[in-house]
Amino acid sequence: MIKMKKRKKKLGIDNRRSKIGNGLVIFLLLVLGAFMAFPLYYTFIQSIKPSEELFQFPPRLYVLRPTGEHYTELFQLMSNLWVPFSRYLFNTLFVSILGTLLHVIFAGMAAYPLAKHNFPGKDALFAVILLGLMFVGQVTFLPSFIIISKLKLLNTYWAYLLPSIGASLGLFLMKQFIEQLPDSLIEAARIDGANEWKIYFQIVFPNVKPATLTVFIFQFVNIWNGLSKELVYDEQLKVVKVALEQISASNAYARMGSGMAGSVLLMIPPIVVFILLQRHVVETMTFAGLKEG
Amino acid sequence: MQAKKMSIPNRIADYFKRYRTSWLMMAPFLIFFVIFTIFPVVLSIILSFTDYDMVQAPIFVGVENYLQVFLNDEYFIVALKNTLIFSIIIGPASYVICFLVAWLINELKPLPRALVTALFYIPTIVGAAGWSVWRLIFSSDQYGLINGFLMKFGLLNEPIGWLTDEAYIMPVLIIVQLWMSMGISFLTFIAGFQNVDKTLYEAGMMDGVKNRFQELWYITIPSMANQMIFGAVMQIVNCFAVGDVSATLAGLPSTGYAGETIVTHIMDYGNLRYEFGYACAMGVVLVVMMQYSKKFVTWLIGRMGH
Repeated sequence: MIKMKKRKKKLGIDNRRSKIGNGLVIFLLLVLGAFMAFPLYYTFIQSIKPSEELFQFPPRLYVLRPTGEHYTELFQLMSNLWVPFSRYLFNTLFVSILGTLLHVIFAGMAAYPLAKHNFPGKDALFAVILLGLMFVGQVTFLPSFIIISKLKLLNTYWAYLLPSIGASLGLFLMKQFIEQLPDSLIEAARIDGANEWKIYFQIVFPNVKPATLTVFIFQFVNIWNGLSKELVYDEQLKVVKVALEQISASNAYARMGSGMAGSVLLMIPPIVVFILLQRHVVETMTFAGLKEG
Repeated sequence: MQAKKMSIPNRIADYFKRYRTSWLMMAPFLIFFVIFTIFPVVLSIILSFTDYDMVQAPIFVGVENYLQVFLNDEYFIVALKNTLIFSIIIGPASYVICFLVAWLINELKPLPRALVTALFYIPTIVGAAGWSVWRLIFSSDQYGLINGFLMKFGLLNEPIGWLTDEAYIMPVLIIVQLWMSMGISFLTFIAGFQNVDKTLYEAGMMDGVKNRFQELWYITIPSMANQMIFGAVMQIVNCFAVGDVSATLAGLPSTGYAGETIVTHIMDYGNLRYEFGYACAMGVVLVVMMQYSKKFVTWLIGRMGH
């Protein structure tokens, strides 16, 4: 037995990999990692440099006298706005949370019949939904703008909220995940007399938590970053992102520090959400396969 | 016998009666999907044959917009060229990098793997707040990072306008776009690698797989082809939709239209000039291009490793 084990180890993956290969791998990862991390690091460093260090030649990659002055300045600017800052914050939270929840609930509900029911036209419908994977907001923003304006939704919360609720990606991921659930689970509930709604909410939904959380992240990030100033122009209805952009755009040079402080603050929510839920994302993407054709 | 004689409206009614629950469950999503995902594309196709400014009713003009796009708009050709450059350089480059990195970190322990995953994914999700720092890195004065260093080491006498000089706009945008396009396909690959059936590797060793590259080509790639196609589709969407980065960093329009992409060209004609019919025609061209790229890429991946 022991001999067998040893032989297996000898044949094992690690032994077939050369030292040079490993060194090269680590070097490549470090270079790429530095490229990915540097802009994030630099944003942070610039936000805590005192103004005289910001305009210093040559620019430094580190900070000598770190300061929170840009953050203080930013908070002062924000509290002096015509619209109270809490209003922007409320708008942002309201739109991102409601938009995300509606998308997650509706996509999940639609994914269940597509994954587990049989009805004529199902394949055709799914093909159209796959086609929709390509019709993202950046591509269809113009006709969407026309539609939103004709529906008289311009300059309302709905202009932010509604367009992304019916995005294909969430439905696709949910459907792929639900398909992996064993049919016996659903059959057993049917025999017990549960109707389809009950099956979905009590059996399917609790079992697809990773997919739900993944779609939650994608949608939250999508809404958080996608909120634009074209659709909503009433100051009362604007979101934090637009307000911060307006502050730093009004005097880009003098406010370089507070602009960077604003960037740091804006980056925190998506990063935190992703790190908290990362594990579920990887699990979900396992099923995110598309067949040829 | 009865069913065969039913009229069409009756048959439709019967169909929805029979599959009522399925359709009711899908209805809320489908309503939004049809109005805000499918209808915009349909509307684009319709309006692309008209002259429309959102104030007056659209006027039918036939294929005039399409003729104009290809024959009479020199900046559309620039936009098309730039969009193709993004797709041809960034698409494959970021796809291959994502794939290699996912492959390399697959054997790391969970914690370092999670850290690298976060590092590669975060630039995709931080959005405009993340790009703004590139304006400081490539700033046109001596306080910009790149100019500052090049000047300090005497490689440069005068600062370069990285984002305003026609010669440099595209290379800079390519770097920034590459930085932020690792996202979703990277996650997909990570998941794909973790899910390859481990017994296949042992079987492969028996069949004479010698090194890790053979293992990758003959075992890993074929068993995660579906994930690779999904990653490719996401990457295509990403590349063809480049526009916000260009408009934010290089301006709309950029100097001499050097950073123009199809999306910024649509912004230009839609948001600034109100020529919606013409802008919609460009949108249709973009969607058709994406669709054919997808067909090509899925065909290509289907043939790998065989």
